[in-house]
Formats: sequence, structure tokens, C-alpha cells
Amino acid sequence: MAVITPVEKTVADARQQQPRRSRHRPLLLNAVAVAAGIAVWGVVAALGLVDNLPTPTAVAQKAGTMISDGTLASDTFASLRRVFLGYALGVAVAVPVGFLMGWYPTVRALIEPYIQFFRTIPPLALIPLAVVLLGIGEVPKIAVIFLASFMSCVLSSFQGVIDVDKTLINAARVLGASDRTIFAKVVVPASTPFILVGMRIGLGASWATVVAAELIGAQEGLGYRMQKASTWFEMDAIFVSLITIGLLGLVMDRLLLLAERRLTGWQERR
Amino acid sequence: MNSKITFRDVVKTFPLKGAAFTALGGVSLEIADQEFVTVVGPSGCGKSTLMSMAAGLQEPDSGSVLVDGTPVSGPGPDRGVIFQQYALFPWLTVRQNVEFGLKLASVPPAERRRRTDQAIDLVGLSDFADALPKTLSGGMKQRCAIARAYAVDPQVLLMDEPFGALDALTRVQLQDQLLATWSQEKRTVLFITHDVDEAVYLASRVVVMAARPGRIHRVIDVDLPYPRTEEIRLSPEFRRIRNEVWTSVYHQEVPPQAA
Ligand SMILES: Nc1ncnc2c1ncn2[C@@H]1O[C@H](COP(=O)(O)OP(=O)(O)O)[C@@H](O)[C@H]1O
Ligand SMILES: [Mg+2]
Repeated sequence: MAVITPVEKTVADARQQQPRRSRHRPLLLNAVAVAAGIAVWGVVAALGLVDNLPTPTAVAQKAGTMISDGTLASDTFASLRRVFLGYALGVAVAVPVGFLMGWYPTVRALIEPYIQFFRTIPPLALIPLAVVLLGIGEVPKIAVIFLASFMSCVLSSFQGVIDVDKTLINAARVLGASDRTIFAKVVVPASTPFILVGMRIGLGASWATVVAAELIGAQEGLGYRMQKASTWFEMDAIFVSLITIGLLGLVMDRLLLLAERRLTGWQERR
Repeated sequence: MNSKITFRDVVKTFPLKGAAFTALGGVSLEIADQEFVTVVGPSGCGKSTLMSMAAGLQEPDSGSVLVDGTPVSGPGPDRGVIFQQYALFPWLTVRQNVEFGLKLASVPPAERRRRTDQAIDLVGLSDFADALPKTLSGGMKQRCAIARAYAVDPQVLLMDEPFGALDALTRVQLQDQLLATWSQEKRTVLFITHDVDEAVYLASRVVVMAARPGRIHRVIDVDLPYPRTEEIRLSPEFRRIRNEVWTSVYHQEVPPQAA
């Protein structure tokens, strides 16, 4: 016994530690990769291998000034506001329209040609038209973002309704569910995973669109800041805006992913 | 008249490549109140179609389907249906699934709770009442689906190959459980299966169907007493009936169209 006990203990320890180590490992590797990337950037910039490439330190300093004088905050706020307005409107319209298309074949037949047509036009290509039609204020920017998120979301919620397992609908029906109950208690929850995927894609599309929309006639915003910085050749300011755009996009995507995990944790995963 | 479910000259066709495919070509069958009837037959002979008409999910083209002498005009809580694919709502826990029909029937909360617990207890899932379906084995999922049907206390149970996807051991357990509940609560059961042993073990009458067009080939009485036991399952009399059913399922004369 006395001989066996320490062996068992070691085995138990190893078992306990292994999952903990493997859980933290990807995070650690992520951090290493980011640090290495910045280091390579620093070396490339210091050696002057790429013309006009600012060093990480210069960018960090510029970020410091832009934070302290408030431009970064006001630009970020302006861009986020546009995204949220356009995106929220897009999702709020797309989900019911998608549901109606999936539930009523007539609605589908009426709306589908428009969706199929507009789907082939990248939202960015509509910016010039939006400016001509709607001027250069907030409206054209929000309209284009609306369209971008609407397009990503409407087809996925439509698909969600179409893909609801017929047996589930029959199961509800034989338990006495009316069409309305089936819609609310079966179709809506069953299509949630699809809708959330569409919402994630839509958010990405909206974020990409806002930056481009701000390149045209804006007074503030991350896209506007980059446009202005490029005319003044302020490479460091461009980098600060770019990095901010990337980080914010990442944060928003992660938040939606988190919501998705919470709302669709019931799904069987293979 | 004590026929609980009546099929009278039921014809059902489906459109197939511009023509009409006859899934059921004139089926007549009477199932008595509290009777346990099983239906076997080759795949595609219209077993599921027959059952879904009793459930009210499909309508016959001609002929009639009656429950308690009244034509079926849609699904109703007097008929519980259990599907082969379990059909549990994956976003609801076991308890919420079982409660589903009771909520629709506006059963008051206290009563609902009692009946839900009772149904879950009956199928032995009490320890998993708050589990999501994805965490359950196939057998447990089907127990949950059975509890969901029991909870609304239907007079008729319509079961479409409910144990078809389960391993042999679980299947025998669920068969015995089903019979035990049936002997207490005496519902009318229409049970579809492709397993000849199962058909004979459960039923007092086995309906053997044939395909193209879907029709009743033979009806074989099972003169074995209830409760059915292992002893009965292994008896020569069981084997004799089983062989008779087997022969009429697997050695049907070739239908004219199929040759
Ligand atoms: N909705 C439908 N549309 C077209 N054909 C169908 C439909 N439902 C069933 N069928 C056909 O009717 C026949 C009987 O089907 P079914 O009742 O499911 O048979 P079983 O349950 O005995 O295997 C099959 O040939 C099937 O292909
Ligand atoms: Mg079938």
C-alpha cells in the first residue's frame, strides 16, 4: 500500500493539472503571437523596410494624444452610434420579414425577387447613390448600414423558419397547439440559432460599411479620421483608427458570440 | 358499438411525378376501446400515413377515419402521439417538455406540477427532470416523449415505431414499461413497428400490411394472456404466432405492379 499510494497520487495530480494547463494554453499562445507580431512590426519599421510605416511606439504615442484630447472617444462614439442605429433597425426589420417569408409563401414570393437582386449589390456600392438621394448627413450612412445588416439577417431568419423540423411542429400540433402557439413556441426558438448567425454576419457587415460610409462627407468618426489623416499624411493617426476599428469589431463579435452560446446552448453539437 | 378507432375504406394518394401514388388503397380496420393493436409491414406500405390520419395530421382522400364514432377533423389532446424521432423540444428541459401540453390546455399550475411530476416519475426520469434533451440517451429521450404524451392523459396512444432506434435491451425495458402502464390505465393503443417480435409481444391483435398499394394483408389474433412475461416471450405458443406473423410479413405474394 505504502508503495502504491504515491504513484496513485502522482497520477491523480497529473489528471487534475492537465485540463487546467490545456485550458490556458491557447490564451498564452494568442498573447505570444500578438507580442511577436508587434515585435516584427517594430523591427520592420525601425529598419525602414517599408516607406512611411510608423513604429509601434509612435502609434502608441499618437493614441495617447488622441485619447487625451478626446478625438478618439468622439470618433468612436460617432461611428458606434451610426452602427447601432443602422444595425438595430436592420435586425428589427429583417427578423419579422424573414419570419413572414418563411411562414407565408405569398409573402415570400412577393419579397424574394427584391432580396435576391439587392443581395448581389455590395452595400458599399450604394454609398454614392445614397449620398445623391439622401444628402451627406447621418441619414445616408445609417441607411446603408441598415441595408447591410438587413441583407445579412433576413435570409438567415427566413432559412431558420424553413428549416424547422416538421416533426417538432407536428409534436406541438398533436399536443393541441394552434398555429400561433406553434409559431411562438416552436418556430421562433427553433430558428434562433440561424438568426444569431445572421446577426453576427450583419454586425460585421455594418461595421465594415460604417467606415466606408464615413469616408464620404462626415464630420467625425473613425473612417472620417483616417480619411483626413491620409490627406495630411499622418500615418500614426491612420494606424490608431485602424487598430480601434479592429478591436471594436472583435469585441462586438465576441459579445454576440457569448449571447449566441447562452441562447442556443440547447443545441446538439457533433 | 365499442369501436374506439375506425378506418373505413380509407384511400390516400400522393402526387408522384405527375401521377398519383396510392399510399393507402382502401383500408378498413376497427380498433376496440382499450385494445392494444400493433401494425407491421414492409417499409412504405403506409403505416405512418395510416397513423397520422388517426392523429389528425393528414386527411384521407376518400373513406373516413372515426374516433369514438366522430370523424377526425384535426389533432386533439384525446390522442397522444409518439414519434420515432422523439420530437422533443431541444430548448426545453425534460420537465418543460412534459408540461408543454398541460400549459396549452391551461391546466392550473399546482395541478400541472403534480401531473408533470407523476408522468416523469412513471417513466423513471425524476433524476433528469431539469436536464436538456441533448444530455439524454435515446432511450431516455423516448421516455421523456412518452411522459409528455401521458401527461395530458389521452384515451388513445398512437405510436409510430417508437422504439425503432433503440438498442435491444432498452427496447425490451420500454416495452415492459409500456405494457405495465397500459394494464393500469387501459388506453387504446395503435402501435406501429417493423419488429415482428415486438408486434406479437405487445398486442392482442397484429395487423400485417402489404405495399403497393398500401393495404391490410392479414390480421392475426394473439391469444396470449396479459401480463406478458419473459416466460410468455419464450413460450412455444409465442413462437408459433411470431412465425405466422413473420411469414405473412416476409413472404407476401408479389404485388402485381412490383413485378
Ligand atoms: N407527404 C408525402 N408526399 C409524397 N409521398 C408520401 C408522403 N408521405 C408518404 N408518402 C409515400 O407514401 C408511402 C407510404 O408512406 P409511409 O406511410 O410513411 O410508409 P411506412 O410508414 O409504412 O414506411 C411511401 O411510399 C411514401 O413514399
Ligand atoms: Mg413510417
